[in-house]
Amino acid sequence: MTPLALVDLTWWDLTLAAALILINAAASLALRLGLEKKLLVASLRTLVQLSLLGLVLQWVFRQPGPWAVIGMMLVMVVLAGWEAVRRTTYRVRGGYLLSMGVMFVASMTVTLYGVVVILGVRPWYTPHFAIPILGMLLGNTLNGISLGLETALEGFRRDRPEVEMLLAHGATRSEASRDVVRRAVRTGMIPILNAMVAAGLISIPGMMTGQILAGQDPASAARYQIFILFSIAGGVALGTMGMVFVASRLVFDDRDRLRAERIRRVGRP
Amino acid sequence: MALLEARGVIRRPFFEGRDLDLAAGEIVALSGPSGSGKTLFLRALADLDPVDAGEVRLDGVLRETMDGPAWRSRVLYVHQAGVRLPGTVADNLARVADLHVQRARAERIRAGVDGLDASTDADRLSGGEAQALALDRALACEPAVLLLDEATSAMDPETAARWEGRVRAFADAGGAVLWVAHDVRLAGRVGARQERFP
Repeated sequence: MTPLALVDLTWWDLTLAAALILINAAASLALRLGLEKKLLVASLRTLVQLSLLGLVLQWVFRQPGPWAVIGMMLVMVVLAGWEAVRRTTYRVRGGYLLSMGVMFVASMTVTLYGVVVILGVRPWYTPHFAIPILGMLLGNTLNGISLGLETALEGFRRDRPEVEMLLAHGATRSEASRDVVRRAVRTGMIPILNAMVAAGLISIPGMMTGQILAGQDPASAARYQIFILFSIAGGVALGTMGMVFVASRLVFDDRDRLRAERIRRVGRP
Repeated sequence: MALLEARGVIRRPFFEGRDLDLAAGEIVALSGPSGSGKTLFLRALADLDPVDAGEVRLDGVLRETMDGPAWRSRVLYVHQAGVRLPGTVADNLARVADLHVQRARAERIRAGVDGLDASTDADRLSGGEAQALALDRALACEPAVLLLDEATSAMDPETAARWEGRVRAFADAGGAVLWVAHDVRLAGRVGARQERFP
């Protein structure tokens, strides 16, 4: 099958697309939703952020050698790790740093496996493979880490009597935190499992849409999407487990005492 | 020699320089106003909370030479509320019986609670029944010292008397008990030495 010609979007095309935003504006005005300002900011951010991303990627793709790609990937990992914690209402000290560390290990392991082993791309840092795959992984792993961390820390605060009852009978920290950890890992993994169940039934996944628009054979796009969903599932599992295990280690001290005072509640951002 | 010995235990701002000598076979009833830190003192002895200073020894052995779980399985704290885990009475017992440190006593812990149906949903237990579950679970773990925090306060007098008898028997068999209780007659019923807190 010959790829169809890619329809390149001009700024004029985007202006036409922006007309669609007017529907939101009309709704906000008619129903007095008070969303006009938010809508304007959101539209501008979409425009600016994605245009910038396009320019940055354009530049990165042109650089020889691995360093621009590595730098870009590190920035992405750090931002995702930061955002995962920023979304939570329960925090522990060092949470941001740990989230970045867990994010790095989980997303890079899966990205490298995907690029090198599955796709067989050489060199591994070929930017138009490594960066989009990492990006897809980060978005989802971020969710898993965030949900897992929130559920674990909230669980240790709420179930403190139960956890301490087990400790009082001689439980180690891992024995006493088993139920909280299980619940947190489950909670972190459920969204991606739901997405996998619904994939292709309710909507065409974003990446597959992009490939089809770019003229790819839909069957090949579907295989890519399957590969991506499996990779995401792996990344989410690694990230969620890593974060939950590390966080549940942090709320105990070296005598296996639950230190609930190490868990802070912050106002929702 | 005291079975459980505490010297100069400090937990600011709740208490300063507490001592305790608890001999094998002895029950000490600890009373004092609400909010005076009795519960925190029991938790400190059980090593559930860190302290600012002080030494605690079991059978002459300094607490810091044992790891936390091992210490707590010997100096066992029982919460007033009769803490329950999700599931049945049997599930609650099994969860403790499965702890690594309790393996040797697993069968005894699983055996069931006097007066409770093992298949009852633990959430449906009354306050007194939950306390019975907690006391039975603790006694079955065969600790050296029991730290009881109002452990029979929600029971009817008859049931309370039965469990007081079991705690007395635990002490008679060589155990030691520190019992926080507002009921001033409890000390008389279980033959306890009385101490005030703070």
